[in-house]
Amino acid sequence: MNIEWYIVLSSLLFATGAAGILLRRSPIVILLCLELMLNAGNLALIAFSRMVGNEEGQIFALVVMVVAACEVVVGLGLIVAIFRRKLPLNVDELRGLRG
Amino acid sequence: MSATAWAWLVLLFPLLGSLGIALGFRVLPARLCGAIGIAAVGLAFACGIGVLVTLLGEDAEARHHASSLWDYASVAGLDIKLGIYVDPLSTFMVLVVTGVSSMIHVYSFGYMKSDQGYRRFFSYLNFFVFSMLLLVLAGNFVLLIVGWAFVGFASYALVSFWYRRQTATAAGMKAFVINVVGDIGLVLAAFLIVREVGSLDYGTVFERAPETFAVGGGTITAICLLLLVGAFAKSAQIPFHTWLPDAMEGPTPVSSLIHAATMVTAGVYLIARTNVLFVLAPTAADIAAFVGLATLLIAGTIAIAQTDMKRVIAYSTMSQIGYMIMGVSIGAYSAGLFHLMTHAFFKALLFMAAGSIISAMANMQNIDRMSGFWKAMRFTSIMLLVGGLALAAFPGTSGFFSKDSILAFAEARGGMYFWMAIGGYVGAFLTALYTFRLIFRVLPGRPCTEAQELIETGHLYHGPAQNPHTLEPEDPDVGFPGSEHHIAEQSRSMAFAMAVLGFGALFAGLVQVPGVTDVLFSFLEPTFHDSPLASIHPSVGAEWRGLAIGGVIAVLGILVSWLLWVRQPELPALFRQRLRPVYLLCLNKWYFDEAIDLLVVRPVLAIGRFANRVFERYVVDGAVTGTEQTVRGAGGVVRAVQNGFVRSYALLLIAGFAGLALYFLLSSS
Amino acid sequence: MEEVLFFGSAIGALGGAVGVVAMRNPFYSVLALIVHLFSLAALFLLLSSAFLAAAQVVVYAGAVMVLYVFVVAYVGGGEPAWEPIPGQRLLAPLLAIALFVELSVAVLASALLALGTEGPDVDPGFGNPEAVGTLLLEKFLLPFEAASIMLLLAAIGAVVLAGKRQEDTA
Repeated sequence: MNIEWYIVLSSLLFATGAAGILLRRSPIVILLCLELMLNAGNLALIAFSRMVGNEEGQIFALVVMVVAACEVVVGLGLIVAIFRRKLPLNVDELRGLRG
Repeated sequence: MSATAWAWLVLLFPLLGSLGIALGFRVLPARLCGAIGIAAVGLAFACGIGVLVTLLGEDAEARHHASSLWDYASVAGLDIKLGIYVDPLSTFMVLVVTGVSSMIHVYSFGYMKSDQGYRRFFSYLNFFVFSMLLLVLAGNFVLLIVGWAFVGFASYALVSFWYRRQTATAAGMKAFVINVVGDIGLVLAAFLIVREVGSLDYGTVFERAPETFAVGGGTITAICLLLLVGAFAKSAQIPFHTWLPDAMEGPTPVSSLIHAATMVTAGVYLIARTNVLFVLAPTAADIAAFVGLATLLIAGTIAIAQTDMKRVIAYSTMSQIGYMIMGVSIGAYSAGLFHLMTHAFFKALLFMAAGSIISAMANMQNIDRMSGFWKAMRFTSIMLLVGGLALAAFPGTSGFFSKDSILAFAEARGGMYFWMAIGGYVGAFLTALYTFRLIFRVLPGRPCTEAQELIETGHLYHGPAQNPHTLEPEDPDVGFPGSEHHIAEQSRSMAFAMAVLGFGALFAGLVQVPGVTDVLFSFLEPTFHDSPLASIHPSVGAEWRGLAIGGVIAVLGILVSWLLWVRQPELPALFRQRLRPVYLLCLNKWYFDEAIDLLVVRPVLAIGRFANRVFERYVVDGAVTGTEQTVRGAGGVVRAVQNGFVRSYALLLIAGFAGLALYFLLSSS
Repeated sequence: MEEVLFFGSAIGALGGAVGVVAMRNPFYSVLALIVHLFSLAALFLLLSSAFLAAAQVVVYAGAVMVLYVFVVAYVGGGEPAWEPIPGQRLLAPLLAIALFVELSVAVLASALLALGTEGPDVDPGFGNPEAVGTLLLEKFLLPFEAASIMLLLAAIGAVVLAGKRQEDTA
């Protein structure tokens, strides 16, 4: 398969993740959509790495995976803390940043 | 030491005195402040003598020096230095100012003794002397204006010295505002001078003026008229005179210093100093002479009708300054200045004597209630008499020689000036009349209550502390007069000062007896010898004839006033009835105050009200509020973006990204 | 053969993605994401990245998803109500489509000739742990260390966030 197929797939997955962030109200699901977008990026990176012919893209994708893992940890910790304080787990109702 | 070095010292001492008292007034005892004040002016007088001696040691033609300390402003072609100009005219003024001021300081030492604001008084007095000296010693127009303005401020500070007295503060403001009008005239004149001549330095301006201006030209006339505005405001000539009678609200030493001897003579000095310019603008000089003549006569008529002792003397000041203004405008420079000197002596003396009598009257100033002080206060009465005789130009007194030297010059110049001399003689008759009206009311006769108390007990009558005009009650705390009053018979310093001035009032005229002595005129001659009018010299015979006429008129005036107010006291009442409109006109000061109120004060207030109600509210306020509301509205719009919904932020993010990507795609295709 | 595998994995990935976005129950979304991740791993294998594929399965589908499962179990789920932002429902798919189109156009219309190929011939050791490890420890040592510090930070953060506070009595 030509690389362009992978790239198009990656952008499709990215767009899907973006739509998910904009449409869902539960913070957990929003985080999941965030994972989608990150993975789409990973796919693109690895595809390009194959296209170029060296593994540097794969290193980048590995680090992205590490970042995603850390971010998930912190995000889920936040969600647990919110749940513990008996606040509604609804992104629309958590409006503290209102200026 | 050079003359200019002495001159700088003359300026330095009163300034140091004023600052020293002002800075140390919390720690220094009151009497010490008084002593510092006297010493400062005394030293200034001594240095003035130093200047004189140094000048006399020089050749007559070389007696003019300029000296500057540092550059005041060097900008755009103007080079103004902090400089003084020492010549016979300024030396003369310095001696008169410091001499009379030192006596007044001595007088105040005793007179203001129980006043809570004693220290402040002396600081202000010293500051005034410094300002006046700065004015007369200034070597360029800028410093002149600075001294002019300082003198105006000192006058304000001293007139409203008893600042809790409503009438005093109102009078102070009136004096200041009218003085500022004069300042504007002076400043505009300076602008025109610098535009035409290119410099503000006396030497340069007076040298270049005859070449720059054509005789009788429009610009030079405008300059001189503007200078006259300043001179008239400061010297209380019509129509800028309304502040002087009100300024009698200040303590008596203030009246005698500022409003008799020094500040009001600043206008005379100005015209004398700028005589080169006035020679080039004969129209302006003539206008000045006419105004002087008019003031002379009008003030005389008003003085006859007044009942407040200090106001009578104030109007007589206006009248005598009219003589001086007339003198220096028509070319009798030295004569006018001679009268300035003698007037300083006898007018200051008159005010001092009046102060003594008013103290005995427990600060009441109405002559209708005064009588019989000859028996109660002999020394003060004698001094009052001496001053009155000099004012009326009784033969032999100083006023006799000085006033008539002006009128003799006017006669000698001829033409319309001859008629001015006639007017001057009429004024002299009026002067003798109102002066002795005052004296014959106050001195002879049965002693009034206050005088009676003094004769019997030797103590002063104690009345309630109140405003002499409105009779509002006051207290002796700071801001109002002190609780004790002081008369010359009981205060050595007051008596000494009055004695010295009395001596001057009697004998100062002897320096300029026509044909016999010529001390003053020859001293002042180098300053004025460039003027074409200086060549007019009345002959000795003409002078003596003028003196004779003057003497006769003076004696006649005294006799008529004796007749009206001693011999047949019912006659004045008859005159008042028969000539009621005339009497009312004089009593109400020729309605000048009312006219100014109508023509000037009310329109200005109306403009102010309009500005406040319309302009301020709608234009200024509208602009400011409008800006505020616009900004607030914009802020509100921007704030709406921050609605707190994470998803809408994400929406904006992705939308923005999509938009950017679109833009880049399109621009690169 | 390769095409079949590609399309299969692509459909799996897409299906999982759509499932994440569309399903009401968050637990089902988690499961959909796991499917998606496995499909992605297959795609990685197709691109000769063996190590990455393994890492994806072990780290992502293994550890991270397990974390999600635990939290969803603790928190519970169900899509909450209330949709106050006007136009969001309409704009979101539109923007997503726009994004997709633009990205695709951007990549495809770029003059990258290599996109039309399968990439250069690579030796069989491409993408294996040895190759990746060599790069990590030689050329990319600093990012490697930085990543480990970041993991440490995340761990500390998690402990702080989840720790008991004074006012909590649970």
